[in-house]
Amino acid sequence: MPVARLDATFAALADPTRRAIIARLAKGEATVTELAAPFRMSQPAVSKHLKVLEKAGLITRGRDAQRRPCRLVAAPMKEATDWLETFRRNWEQVFDRLDALLDELQQTPKPD
Amino acid sequence: MKNPATFTTPSDREIVVTRRFNAPRKLVWDTMTQVELKKRWMTGPPGWVMTVGESDTRTGGTFRAVWTGPNGETLTMSGEYRDVTPPERCVRTEKFEMVGGPPMGEQLATLVLTDEGDKTLMTLTLEYATKEARDGAAASGMEHGMEASYARLDEILAAA
Repeated sequence: MPVARLDATFAALADPTRRAIIARLAKGEATVTELAAPFRMSQPAVSKHLKVLEKAGLITRGRDAQRRPCRLVAAPMKEATDWLETFRRNWEQVFDRLDALLDELQQTPKPD
Repeated sequence: MKNPATFTTPSDREIVVTRRFNAPRKLVWDTMTQVELKKRWMTGPPGWVMTVGESDTRTGGTFRAVWTGPNGETLTMSGEYRDVTPPERCVRTEKFEMVGGPPMGEQLATLVLTDEGDKTLMTLTLEYATKEARDGAAASGMEHGMEASYARLDEILAAA
């Protein structure tokens, strides 16, 4: 698991506009013009976000000179979600251990 | 049936964890504040164990916990209690240090236990100094910090 890629993924996702772009591309490829439409933002501004996402490996941009469609790349996101799911399970395991202890303590009450 | 935990990020610098426990509040408070009880459930990742647990659980008191891993590596968490109102509320700073690793920063943790008769709702708010600190905690792989990114991914995947 390349840590640098994880870092780049999370850094790229730490922005609401880039997250919205990712959500849109999860539904299918789109051009810069199409991606810029929902935002009160110029195309150059959107292009900056796309550059960050591309550098992080989260999207690719097509070679079609006119449209340059953007596509989502699934692998980095899957790595990120796998990594995060591990930590979610860790959290849940911590709480499960507390549940077990609370059950035990309630079954054998002792005077305080 | 297990009670699921929830993870949200209401602001740029916060993570909020909620979880319901099937036990009265006083008992939940005891398990979260008494060192001998904490050692039995705050064991860390598989193969780790809490080897040091010191806590003066009162406003102005301090605490220190050390976990040791299977290869002798250690993780230390320490801090100061800012406001303790048993068995309901505990506000404290939390600072993590790993021998050989970079400093992991500090956060403010506010624990609130809400009485629900024979159940208790825990609301744990972790607050970082800056958005970058929280996101940095996430990128560094810290357990608490990772959940912030998880919540963001939740939003993205739910929207997709």
